[in-house]
Amino acid sequence: MADLVSHPDEVKVVSKRFGQGAADIDRYLALDGYKAVQKALEMTPDAIIGEIKTSGLRGRGGAGFPTGMKWSFVPKDSPKAKYILCNGDESEPGTCKDRLILEHDPHAVIEGVMIAGLAVNAQSGYIYIRGEYRYLSIIMQKAIRDAYAKGFLGKNIFGSGKSFDVYWHGGAGAYEVGEESALMESLEGKRGVPRIKPPFPAVVGLWGSPTVINNVETLASAPHILLDGAQRFADYGTPKNGGVRLFCLSGHVNKPGVYELPLGYSLKKMIYEVGGGIPGGKKIKAVVPGGSSTPVLTADEIDIAMDFDGVAKAGSMLGSGGVVVIDDSTCMVRFAQYIMKFYQHESCGWCIPCREGTDWLKKTLDRFHAGGGIRKDIDNIQYLAENMMGRTFCPLGDAAAMPTISIVKKFRKEFEDHLEGKPCPFDPVGSARQQLLPVLSH
Amino acid sequence: MKFSAEFEQRFTEMLTHYPSRRSVLVPTLLYAQDEVGYLSDEAIAEIAQRLELKELDVRNVISYYSMLTTKPRGKYNVQICTNIACILRGADDLYHHCQKKLGIRHKQTTADGQFSLEEVECIGACSWAPAMQVNYDFHENLTTEKVDKILDGLKKA
Repeated sequence: MADLVSHPDEVKVVSKRFGQGAADIDRYLALDGYKAVQKALEMTPDAIIGEIKTSGLRGRGGAGFPTGMKWSFVPKDSPKAKYILCNGDESEPGTCKDRLILEHDPHAVIEGVMIAGLAVNAQSGYIYIRGEYRYLSIIMQKAIRDAYAKGFLGKNIFGSGKSFDVYWHGGAGAYEVGEESALMESLEGKRGVPRIKPPFPAVVGLWGSPTVINNVETLASAPHILLDGAQRFADYGTPKNGGVRLFCLSGHVNKPGVYELPLGYSLKKMIYEVGGGIPGGKKIKAVVPGGSSTPVLTADEIDIAMDFDGVAKAGSMLGSGGVVVIDDSTCMVRFAQYIMKFYQHESCGWCIPCREGTDWLKKTLDRFHAGGGIRKDIDNIQYLAENMMGRTFCPLGDAAAMPTISIVKKFRKEFEDHLEGKPCPFDPVGSARQQLLPVLSH
Repeated sequence: MKFSAEFEQRFTEMLTHYPSRRSVLVPTLLYAQDEVGYLSDEAIAEIAQRLELKELDVRNVISYYSMLTTKPRGKYNVQICTNIACILRGADDLYHHCQKKLGIRHKQTTADGQFSLEEVECIGACSWAPAMQVNYDFHENLTTEKVDKILDGLKKA
């Protein structure tokens, strides 16, 4: 479906089988498929976790938590059933990589779930795919059926005496379900409202049992780590930031696409060389480095290494790998407005700071961009956003606040240029299409 | 209430996948909606009864998920993504173009029941923006001409 791209700087690990027809199980087997899980079957759980720790793999969903450590939190002596939950609810704006993995290499995801299962003594795993990705659900359901037919799943897998089941599960449209506790609620057939933490899912997860929740790309990396060597994977990246990851380049670049690059790759190079620069001879104004919830970087801040620690040092986050490039013809007030429209729509309403905060911010930004802004709104936007931070069950409140705070701080002049009845300087035609709202009294 | 044989087979099989019956609810609602066109009172009552839930519990879940609807939609549900990556590449113009072309606005349906229009959030097509989904089909790297071609093609079908 979606077009594949390529660049010589890419190191293809997770994307190695893209475009090779590996959704077909026989083709997958010919491409070293299901070898890693057989290797894992001969290892102890501690040895598997040790390999993942050595690889430096960190969660590819957004938070960047060390995967090996996450797996080690599951209490080994618990008499309860244990579960693996693969998070394929990809919906962070700017992110479209899990879609490619699920389409081109679904068996690698199944294999990753199995390896995680062996590492924590779980006997079943669920692969949750967002409702919009119906065609991927069909591909995954077939892949699971084929794996059962070959005897790779079910009882006595590969003659080991061990059992492992993998099931598919589907969503029905909700960004928030990508948060791990909301994901579990959704899988249990409820509204995707987050749970308070602690207890963490590794101890009390699905149906009250210990559960490991990992992103699609994280789990799809596991077979490559076991098969090709953990140290080799670690060496692709930078210290404490092992491996490669799929970066989704979008927005104002000449060659948007999903590229697999080593962690620590220069953001500037990624935009100008891999992405082919900015169309129409324009300049960069801002970059969203890791999905819409990460603070934006200005054109002066892009000379950084794209790994978890490098982007954190620049005051933002590597997040989900969604790199959105914004050129200098873009209105940042409008950009902030669109970001807030999204979070206001997706807030579940459970926590008041997020429910009221996103709504208030959306209304203020709408009014502001339509020429109804007054000077004290600017500080108010920042104040409101800052007061949402850290005050909600799940990070959706933070996700709405962080980019907003960064845009007000870094592009304050653009807010001032919109004050008191002025049409948007970047789009006078477009802003005339909006209904101009009256300027509030001071 | 009768669903297709495929629905029934999937439903029966899915019940064996989880330790609780309720867990099948969200995907089951979406598959039921695909068959009926929307989640009718009858469909809600049927699913609630099968899963030993109150109808209110089911409606409570429906109202959370943006793809689920209790109102009929057009045969083709045109969903334009207006999230950041798509907006930067002209989704706003596409959305306005579709409003004009179809003569309907957000979540409305044409009088002949052929088309519905919806402004949706990120559909995971950022690197191929701007994008839309018509029902479950992705259409990417769109221009107004491409959209015209797709919609005109569907009209004839």
